[in-house]
Amino acid sequence: MEAIILQILNGLDKGSAYALIALGLTLIFGTLGVVNFAHGALFMIGAFCAVTLSRILTLSHTVVDDTQTDFLGNPLKVDVPYVMDWFGETTGAAIIDWAVPLSILFAIPVMIAIGVIMERGLIKHFYKRPHADQILVTFGLAIVLQEIIKYYYGANPIPTPAPAAFKGSFDFGAMLGFDPNIIIYPYWRIIYFAFAAVIIGAVFAFLQFTTFGMVVRAGMADRETVQLLGINIDRRFTLMFGIAAAVAGLAGVMYTPINSPNYHMGMDFLVLSFVVVVVGGMGSLPGAVAAGFLLGILESFASMREVLAVLPGLNQIIIYLVAIIILLTRPRGLMGRKGVMEE
Amino acid sequence: MSKMNLTRRGVLKTGAIAGAGVAAPTIFTAQSAAAFTNEPTGSSVTLGFNVPQTGPYADEGADELRAYELAVEHLNGGGDGGLMNTFSSKALQGNGIMGKKVEYVTGDTQTKSDAARASARSMIEKDGAVMITGGSSSGVAVAVQALCQEAGVIFMAGLTHSNDTTGKDKKANGFRHFFNSYMSGAALAPILANNYGTDRKAYHLTADYNWGYTTEEAVRTSTEAMGWETVAAVKTPLTQTDFSSYIAPVLQSGADVLVLNHYGGNMVNSLTNAVQFGLRDKLVNNKNFEIVVPLYSRLMAKGAGANVKGIFGSTNWHWSLQDEGSKAFVKSFGTKYGFPPSQAAHTCYVQAMLYADAVERAGSFNPCAVAEALEGFEFDGMGNGPTLYRAEDHQCFKDVLVVKGKENPTSEFDLLEIVEVTPVSQVTYDASIFGGELGSCNPGA
Repeated sequence: MEAIILQILNGLDKGSAYALIALGLTLIFGTLGVVNFAHGALFMIGAFCAVTLSRILTLSHTVVDDTQTDFLGNPLKVDVPYVMDWFGETTGAAIIDWAVPLSILFAIPVMIAIGVIMERGLIKHFYKRPHADQILVTFGLAIVLQEIIKYYYGANPIPTPAPAAFKGSFDFGAMLGFDPNIIIYPYWRIIYFAFAAVIIGAVFAFLQFTTFGMVVRAGMADRETVQLLGINIDRRFTLMFGIAAAVAGLAGVMYTPINSPNYHMGMDFLVLSFVVVVVGGMGSLPGAVAAGFLLGILESFASMREVLAVLPGLNQIIIYLVAIIILLTRPRGLMGRKGVMEE
Repeated sequence: MSKMNLTRRGVLKTGAIAGAGVAAPTIFTAQSAAAFTNEPTGSSVTLGFNVPQTGPYADEGADELRAYELAVEHLNGGGDGGLMNTFSSKALQGNGIMGKKVEYVTGDTQTKSDAARASARSMIEKDGAVMITGGSSSGVAVAVQALCQEAGVIFMAGLTHSNDTTGKDKKANGFRHFFNSYMSGAALAPILANNYGTDRKAYHLTADYNWGYTTEEAVRTSTEAMGWETVAAVKTPLTQTDFSSYIAPVLQSGADVLVLNHYGGNMVNSLTNAVQFGLRDKLVNNKNFEIVVPLYSRLMAKGAGANVKGIFGSTNWHWSLQDEGSKAFVKSFGTKYGFPPSQAAHTCYVQAMLYADAVERAGSFNPCAVAEALEGFEFDGMGNGPTLYRAEDHQCFKDVLVVKGKENPTSEFDLLEIVEVTPVSQVTYDASIFGGELGSCNPGA
């Protein structure tokens, strides 16, 4: 029982990341009809927004400490961040400590801008081209983006920890009446799940309850009719691309304390996220979210020692196995709509 | 009128004799022109540095390349001479190798066996490299070593820690200075026993590939021999990035030690996840829960950040060593590049120097002569104390460092502290235990 609860918790935070990336992917597919293989790269750039802000906050001047020596035996040069000079040591240290949550504010405008530039600068030229062309150009773009990040930040993972207040783990087991230390879960992963829930809720509310969202939904259903009504649907779709980029970016920002970001992290999520979109149903927003959590939880269960003892290697194929089963039984995915990708 | 009596056997015989007649002069000419593959004939000699320049180990590869460039500079008489000043052998004079200026070409292994073989082949066939060296993975090392054996050039392995490189996959043309999984296990076990006691329950997470298996086996064997119990050993996919589903059940298993047989990105992520779960704050079986990382790399420790604090592991070399060789290397490297070298840089620099020295002592670039000069070679002054290049498996035997993540680092390079220098006698094993055959040296051509 404890193991099951534990793996459900595990699956929820993994599913949160899948759901957030898949939500953006399916949003772009539903609005612009583009299969965006650069979406994983947007997740990675979001993570590097956190790295960048953390570096900005730790911009330092050098002070020579004569009491210590460096590796060559010279007096040690100690970096003192400017924020500590400006706001005092305690406040300065607290600002640096909270770099990841602060990065949310930094990442939103940056990611929207990157999304809009990407759509206007490159992707709009491929709307009328076959999906294969779109996949090739966006995949190429993803490689270019990750090589740019590698050039400036290196290939090694860069530690970007959560604020000290959120380090450690919460004992769910003790709360539920089990033995202590049996069902523990890190605070930051709980926050990640809650954050994902808020973002997903906000995107749905935006599309459901605002005039802008209503027009976008109408455009997704029948683009030509909306244009005939004199509405510039292209501009709205461009903004939706920016919003999708921001959703992926925020997923990346909040993911940095879970795994140290590196230039390749987007590719690690990309293929899985596409499977999530296909399983959820192409163009279906609720389907993407549901499939994200479903596959996240199943992946966690497949990694259990007891399962692996019976079916070794299941952890490596579970997602694809489930995708095959769902597509065989429901060819349009869990919540796929008729007519999407079926021309 | 003559009658031609053509038979199948007759044609074959005539063809074979004619073929041998035509081929014979070519064979003799070839032998006289080049006795071995890529015999240097001009005033320079080309070495091939095959390191990961792209992919997840690109930073480690960049450090290896820096070390090789420094070695070439020193071999050609530039800089401060580095380890040539402390090396026990005095064959190198700073005038290249056997008077020939050292030049180099580089290849990108991408940490993929097929790409590494392709780049090594290109350096041998197109650029005329007489020796191939470098790499940051055992899979790559084993693949390139086999290629060098076929091609008839010497392979001086870079960072490769699997027992197999000089065990079941050893080759007569291949040599490794870096230590291996067995040595890590043998060096770590007594330190773990001293610090954590002999009544411990260990849970292994193991990267699902060759290096992971040999490391798990080495650590299990060594720790079980001193009384530890292994409660579980779980294989994790090499492509795994989030290890939460593997770490969450650890406490339920009753284990009080987690051994992470991971390297590179796997190690950074699994260790980060384990610390996030607060494992190290827990009390299990009335003991503090502990984590062990058998193979440490400073570059990886940097990726894991503060999570490495207090965690034991082993390493081939560390820049804080205070012997004359280490100090000389750190000074040369640090002055040129502005930061201390990694263990990958050290082993690559030393391998380049050992190759050059062996050529000088052998008086020939012939791989078989070089191999003979390296086999059983005892040396000192290269940063690891007295060292033996064992003839039976071409593995270097030297002291092994047990390190611990530093509690209060003074810089981004000051992440590990040396806990113990395990003497070579404690990590030496019989050459036959891992199987494999060296075979005979191949000069190629």
